[in-house]
Amino acid sequence: MARRLVVVGGGMVAQRLVEALRARDETGIWEVTVLAEEASKPYDRVALTSYFSARDAEELTLGDPALWDDELVTLRRDAAVVEIDRAARTVTDRLGRVHGYDELVLATGSSAAVPPIPGADLSGVFVYRTLDDVAALRGWVEEKRASAPSANGWQRPVRGAVIGGGLLGLEAAGALKALGAQATVLQATTHLMNAQIDLGGGEALKRILQGMGIAVRCEALTSRIRASRRTGHVGSIDLGEGGRLDADVVVIATGVRPRDELARAAGLPVGERGGIVVDAGCRTTDPRIWAVGEVANVGGNGCVGLVAPGYAMAEVVVDRLLGGEATYPGADTATKLKLQGVDVASFGDPFASTPGSMELVYADPVAGVYKKLVVSDDTRTLLGGVFVGDAAQYASLRPMLGAELPGDPGQLLLPEGSGAAPSLELPDSASVCSCNNVSAGEIRDAVTEHGCTDLAGVKACTRAGTTCGSCLPLVKKITTTELERAGVEVSNALCEHFEVSRAQLFDAVRVADLHTFSEIIARFGTGPGRGCDICKPTVASILASLGNGHILDGEQATLQDTNDHVLANMQKDGTYSVVPRIPGGEITPDQLLVIGQVAKDFGLYTKITGGQRIDMFGARIEQLPLIWQRLVEHGMESGHAYGKSLRTVKSCVGSTWCRYGVQDSVGMAVELELRYRGLRSPHKIKLGVSGCARECAEARSKDVGVIATEKGWNVYVGGNGGFNPRHATLFAEDLDDATLIRTIDRFLMYYVRTADRLQRTAAWVEDHEGGIEAIREVVMEDSLGIGFDLDAAMAAHVGSYADEWRAVLEDPEKLRRFGSFVNAPDTPDPDLAYVSERGQLRPASEAERAGQVRV
Amino acid sequence: MTAICRLADLAVERGAAGLLGETQIALFRLPDDTVRAVQQRDPYSGANVMSRGIVGTRGGVPTVASPMYKQVFDLTTGRCLDAVGYSPRPGLAPDLATWPVEVIDGVVHVRSGPVS
Ligand code: SRM
Ligand SMILES: Cc1cc2nc3c(=O)[nH]c(=O)nc-3n(C[C@H](O)[C@H](O)[C@H](O)COP(=O)(O)OP(=O)(O)OC[C@H]3O[C@@H](n4cnc5c(N)ncnc54)[C@H](O)[C@@H]3O)c2cc1C
Ligand code: SF4
Ligand code: FES
Repeated sequence: MARRLVVVGGGMVAQRLVEALRARDETGIWEVTVLAEEASKPYDRVALTSYFSARDAEELTLGDPALWDDELVTLRRDAAVVEIDRAARTVTDRLGRVHGYDELVLATGSSAAVPPIPGADLSGVFVYRTLDDVAALRGWVEEKRASAPSANGWQRPVRGAVIGGGLLGLEAAGALKALGAQATVLQATTHLMNAQIDLGGGEALKRILQGMGIAVRCEALTSRIRASRRTGHVGSIDLGEGGRLDADVVVIATGVRPRDELARAAGLPVGERGGIVVDAGCRTTDPRIWAVGEVANVGGNGCVGLVAPGYAMAEVVVDRLLGGEATYPGADTATKLKLQGVDVASFGDPFASTPGSMELVYADPVAGVYKKLVVSDDTRTLLGGVFVGDAAQYASLRPMLGAELPGDPGQLLLPEGSGAAPSLELPDSASVCSCNNVSAGEIRDAVTEHGCTDLAGVKACTRAGTTCGSCLPLVKKITTTELERAGVEVSNALCEHFEVSRAQLFDAVRVADLHTFSEIIARFGTGPGRGCDICKPTVASILASLGNGHILDGEQATLQDTNDHVLANMQKDGTYSVVPRIPGGEITPDQLLVIGQVAKDFGLYTKITGGQRIDMFGARIEQLPLIWQRLVEHGMESGHAYGKSLRTVKSCVGSTWCRYGVQDSVGMAVELELRYRGLRSPHKIKLGVSGCARECAEARSKDVGVIATEKGWNVYVGGNGGFNPRHATLFAEDLDDATLIRTIDRFLMYYVRTADRLQRTAAWVEDHEGGIEAIREVVMEDSLGIGFDLDAAMAAHVGSYADEWRAVLEDPEKLRRFGSFVNAPDTPDPDLAYVSERGQLRPASEAERAGQVRV
Repeated sequence: MTAICRLADLAVERGAAGLLGETQIALFRLPDDTVRAVQQRDPYSGANVMSRGIVGTRGGVPTVASPMYKQVFDLTTGRCLDAVGYSPRPGLAPDLATWPVEVIDGVVHVRSGPVS
C-alpha cells in the first residue's frame, strides 16, 4: 500500500516538492495530499506583480497543471490546516476533516509582517503577498479613481504610499504606478533596499525612481495612519518629526514573518526570530515532520525569503522520502529587483564585511549608474557586488562568486560594449540559475547531450530562467555559445550579403545617411556580391521607412519584390490583384459604382476581402496602369495590399449609428488609416478600431487595436491572426485622441526601427528586451529619450505621403515596366486561361486547360 | 540570332519578358551590361513570371529568384540553386532553359533554339 504524505501549504515550494516527487517516485510509493489555504492552485508568487499587466491569474500558474490530475496527488484548496496531532499522526483542516499521514511536510511560507502602527487596520491599507492581496489592491485603486474628485475635466489622481523601501516595497510602488496611481515610498532607514545594497547604490536607486515619477522619502518613520474624515477610509500618514502625507491607498511592505504557528502549537522548536527549526536534511525534531521553504529555519540560521533556497529544500526532502541522504547546500542570497526599467542587483557580500576585502566602485551619476565589486585583499577573488542602473554584468558575474577573476577586476565594471570588458567563460560548476539551481554545465549539456537547439528548448529542458527570469541573458549567452560550438547556425545575419540584423542595418543606414543600395552594400555588405531576394527587399523597406521618395525611383526599383515593383499582388497564374484603399471600410455608393464599373470593363473577378475592402483579381501586368488610371481619376488610391506596410484599419460602425457605440470608431479608423497609409515596415501592419467593448471590429486581433471607452480609447498592441493567432495586450487606457495618436505613432515607429525582417509586432514585443513593459516605457514615458525623434520621423512620413499609383501614372519612365513583353508591350500572355464560375472568371485548372478556355 | 530590343530598353538588375517567336523568354541586364536569357516559365508554379524576380548573386554567381515561390536560379546556367522545398510542376524540368545572348551595337540579340 502507498504511504501517505501530507503537505501543508500550497505555495511555490509545495508545488515544486510534489512535482519533484512525482517525477522521481517511479514506483508510486507515495500518495500525496496537499492542504492549501489559498483558493487558487499553486501560483508563481515571484511573478505576482505581473498580475497587474496580465490581469489573468491563470498566467501565474506554476508548472504543468496536469500535476494536479495525477491519481497519486490530491490538492485540497481553501483547506487551511488548523491543528497537528503528532501522536495520532493526523492533521485537521478548517472544515474539521482529519487527514492521516505517514510523513508530514510543512510548507506554510510567510505572511506579511505588519508593524504595530495605529491605523494599520483601516480600509485602504494593504499588504502584498497573495493573489487576493493584489486583486484587492487593484480593485481599491480602481474604485478610488472612479470616485476621485474632479473639476473642469481635471481629475485628482489616486495617491498611493508604500511603507517599506525594500525589494517588495519597490515592486509594490511600481504596481501602484502601473495602476495609474501616484506612489511615494517611505523608507525608515537611510537608503532604499538597505538589506541588499550600500548607501551609494541606494542614492543612485532613489534618483532613478524619482526620474520615473516614484517619490522617495528616506528616514521617514510612520507613526500613525489616519482615516479620512469624509470616507472613514485611509486618508493620510503621520511621519515622525511632524511630517504628513496624504494617501488614498497604503501598502505595507515592511518584511515577512514565517508562518510557524502550527508548528509552535504542536511543540516543535522554532527559531529566535521565528521559523521551524530543521536539520540539514530539512527534518524537524519529530522524525516524521519536515519543513521547507520560507517557513523553514535550517540549522537555526534564520529563514530566507527567496524561492531558490526553498526549491533546494524541496529537492532534499524528496530525496530523503525516497531513501536518499541529500543535505541542504545553503542559500544563494543574490537578488535582483523586478521593477521594469530599474536595474538593481546584489550578490555575495555587498557590504564588504569580509575582513580585508576591498571595494571597487564605478559611478556615473549623470547616467544614473552605480556599480561596485567586492574582492579579496589580493583583488583576485570575487566576493560580492552591487549594481544599480545597469545590471548587465550581474548575470555573468554572479556565478563567478568565490572564483578567481581573469585580469583586472576594475575592467569588469566598465560599461558593456566599451570594448574593454573581458568576456567570461564560466566553469561548468558555476550556478547560473539560482531559482532552479541550474549550472553552466547543465545548460551546455542541454545543447550537446539533449539536442536542444534554441533558448526555448534549453529552458524547457533545464528549467533555467523559468522563475524570476533574471538569469535569462546569461542562459541565452551560454546557449548561443554552445550552439555555435556545435556548429548550429545562430547568426542573426540577414543573408550572405550582410552580417548584421535588420535592426542594426536600419540604424547603420540612418546614422550613415545612405540612400542607395549600392552605397549600403559597399559600406556594410560582406563581399563583392550584389544582394539577393532577402536583403534587397529589406533594404528597400528600410529606405522607404526613412523616406527616400517613390519606391520605384532609380536604383530602388531594382530592390522591390514583384508585388512592390508593379504595386499589385501577384496571383498564381502570374496576373495581379488590385486593391484600392477604402479607409476604415467606409465607402460611398459612387465609389462602389466606380469599382464595379472598372471590374466589369476589365473582366476582373471581385471579392470583399477579410480586411473590409474590395479586391479585383486577374489583371494582367500591362492592364495595371489602365485600371489604375480609371481608379485614380475617380479619387481612389493605392491600398498597399502588396507592401510590407499599413494594410487596413478595420472598424465597426461605432457611435454614429450603433446604439451601443461610445466613440466614433469609423472616424478614428479613417484618421488612423490616412495617417499611416504607405508606412513601410518590417512586416505588414494592421489596425482595428471598435466603438465599444463589444469589439465588433476584432481590434484585439490586430497589431494595434483601439477600443472606445466612455472616457476615450484603450489601445492594445501585438495582436495578429494568421498562422499563430495572438490577442493584443492592453498597452494604455482612456487616452484622448491626441495621446492615442502619439502613442500609436511612437509604437509603430519604434517597431519600424528595431524589429527584425518579416517580424510582426507580436513577435517583436515578445523578443524585445524587457517585453511589453519596456516598450511601454519607451512609448509612454520616453525612457530612451527618443520620443521626439520618433514623433519627428512619423511627422515626416505623414507629411511626405503621396499616392504611389498616381506617381507611376505621371511618370513614363516608371510606366515602362508594365509592358508584357519588351518587344510586344501590349500582347497579353498567350498562356492565360480562364473558366467561368458563379458568374465570374477564375484561372483554369490543369485539366480544364486541356480544353483551352481563353479570354 | 534574333534582335529582341535595345540594351537601353532593359533596366540594370531587373528582368523583362520577351518573345522569341512564340517562345516566352526572360531577359536580365547585369551591372556589367551583359545580358542573360532564361525561360520565362517558372517551373515551380507554371506561370510565365521569371522576368519579374529579384536579381542578385549567390556565392558570386548572378541569380534570379522566382517571384512566385522564391526558388533561386543561376542566371548563367539556368540551374536551380535552391528549390526551397518545392518540386517542379508535372512535366517541367527543375532548371531553366537558357539562350546565348549577344549585345551588338546596343541591340540585344538572342540565338533561337534553347541551349541547355
Ligand atoms: C485578399 C485577402 C484574402 C481575402 O480575399 O479576404 C488576403 C490575401 C492574401 N494574404 Fe492575407 N489576405 C487578406 C486578409 C488577411 C487577414 C484578415 C485581416 O486582415 O483581417 C489575415 C489575418 C490577420 C493578420 O494578418 O493578422 C491575413 C493573414 C495573412 C498572412 C499571415 C500573417 C501572419 O502574421 O501569420 C499572410 C502571409 C504573410 O503575410 O506572410 C497573408 C498573405 C496574403 C497574400 C498577400 C499572400 C500572397 O503573397 O499572395 C494574399 C494575396 C493578397 C492579394 O492577392 O490581394 N495573409 N490575411 C485579404 C486582404 C485584406 C486586405 O484588404 O488587404
Ligand atoms: C511580490 C513578491 C515578489 C517576490 N519576488 C521574489 C523574487 O524575485 N525572487 C525570490 O527568490 N523570491 C521572491 N519572492 C518570495 C517568494 O515568493 C517566496 O520565497 C516563495 O513563494 C516561498 O515559497 P513557500 O512555498 O515557502 O511559501 P509560499 O509561496 O508563501 O506558500 C505558502 C502557502 O502556504 C499557505 N499556508 C500557510 N499556512 C497554512 C496552513 N495552516 N494550512 C494550509 N496552508 C497554509 C499559504 O496560504 C501559502 O499559500 C517574492 C514574494 C512576493 C510576495
Ligand atoms: S463594437 Fe460597439 S459600436 Fe461597434 S458595432 Fe459593435 S456594438 Fe456597435
Ligand atoms: S535565477 Fe531566477 S529564473 Fe534563473
